[in-house]
Amino acid sequence: MQPHCDCCSNPAVVHETIMCEGIKSEVHLCAEHAIEQGYILPNIGGASLVVGKLMDKSNPTATPAATRTVKSCASCAMTMAALRETGLVGCPHCYRTLEEELGVLIERTQNGATTHAGRHPRHAAELIDRAAVRNRLTRELREAVSREDYERAARIRDEMLTIAGGGEEA
Amino acid sequence: MSGDNPSPLDGLVGGDAPMADCVLSSRVRLARNLVGFHFVNRCSPDQLSDVVHRVQSARLGGPFESGVRWVNVQGTTPVDRLLLFERNLISRPFVESPHPRCVAISADESTSVMVNEEDHLRLQMLAPGMQLRELSNRMLVLDSSVERSLEYAFHPRFGYLTACTTNVGTGIRVSAMLHLPALALVQELEKVQRAARELQLAIRGFHGEGTEALGDFYQVSNQTTLGRSEQDIVEQFAGSIVPQFVEYERAARRALIERDPTALDDRVHRALGVLRACRQLSLEESIKFLARVRLGVALGRIEGVSLGLINQLLLQVQPAHLSRATGCALGNGRDDRGPRADFVRSSLR
Repeated sequence: MQPHCDCCSNPAVVHETIMCEGIKSEVHLCAEHAIEQGYILPNIGGASLVVGKLMDKSNPTATPAATRTVKSCASCAMTMAALRETGLVGCPHCYRTLEEELGVLIERTQNGATTHAGRHPRHAAELIDRAAVRNRLTRELREAVSREDYERAARIRDEMLTIAGGGEEA
Repeated sequence: MSGDNPSPLDGLVGGDAPMADCVLSSRVRLARNLVGFHFVNRCSPDQLSDVVHRVQSARLGGPFESGVRWVNVQGTTPVDRLLLFERNLISRPFVESPHPRCVAISADESTSVMVNEEDHLRLQMLAPGMQLRELSNRMLVLDSSVERSLEYAFHPRFGYLTACTTNVGTGIRVSAMLHLPALALVQELEKVQRAARELQLAIRGFHGEGTEALGDFYQVSNQTTLGRSEQDIVEQFAGSIVPQFVEYERAARRALIERDPTALDDRVHRALGVLRACRQLSLEESIKFLARVRLGVALGRIEGVSLGLINQLLLQVQPAHLSRATGCALGNGRDDRGPRADFVRSSLR
């Protein structure tokens, strides 16, 4: 049976096995998410370029229809495609620029874990507090919207914007 | 290290350490990167030299307070590099890396900090037997001390940021080198290995990733570093996983003695006989026979030989240590079997 995309219920057209430090993980992506994560570069002159190691060429949906820009790190120019070639992230900044894509990869390599639960450097104490508040507000915002309490949702959104303006992580 | 003789190994091979009958050594390592630099794989040689300079200028603290030896790995001989690797002070990739790099080694050689391995810093501590809790406590003190001088790259969601996503979060890797000969003999090793994989543990051979389990030595380590605290990860190993492996192995040893003590005695004494009489001994053979003798010593079936001596020989039969001890040449195609047999014979006389 053809596996489904790791990110949605569409059939996967890109399949890759990643070995890093002896740990094996598998990637299955549909065309759309393969583009998003840098496996397939968008149409260039009518042809798409597969960047990943393996691809099910028998599936016609492998050719992306839309043209999209491949996201890269502003500091070291790392893309997800390049990351998959080496198995290595380029710099600390990548974790912010490519947070969404790396989050998917990390969840897979870390057996479903998504969030740090250990010690932190002293300089990061404020960041940790802010992240905890942000997580709480996100949860409360979702609850407010589901209750259709838009007045409270707006207040929570304003609070989140205030926190977002508080600084960047290392 | 160049030109020095190997330092005393007592602190690294102690035969009276906790669970020493089944656990050769414990290790804890942390992966850390510095703010303001790309990771090693994206740094220029100049930037890597800058990282080396910054770390060498920092006060490391912890075990380094009583003395630190900096080894510029690029400036050492192949024998010295291999010696550090065999002593588990540096990794295989670090031996072969083309990058500007160095390693700080504590006076007792229990602690090292590799600079510019896969990450800017790889802090690691080693101890004989099962001492993961003690190592972990000391490591976290060292980590706090280093952090006073160097700012670590950190993300509130992903934790300590590392070049490989398999290390992100705590960056901690705890491992124990287990000696499981009885489980292999009663053919239950496969079952134990399967259970370990279900617990998300990595099982590797004598020299870590990609190496064979010579002499039934297995390095067991955590695979995941995110989502649990350092204490939880260490406690799972020290309080549950390693004691469980040790209990399985001890039960298998009891079963071997009950089932056929003569066969067991023959196996371990025959190995001792080979080591005391042979004139040529390859590295693989030496580890195989030393491991059998180790089982005999641990069970009290062999007298007059200490566990500490066998642990020490397991280190000293390796190519660079042998070359340093006997003066035999090191390199591809060199036959060091004669010097190794002579060295082991004289040690076990």
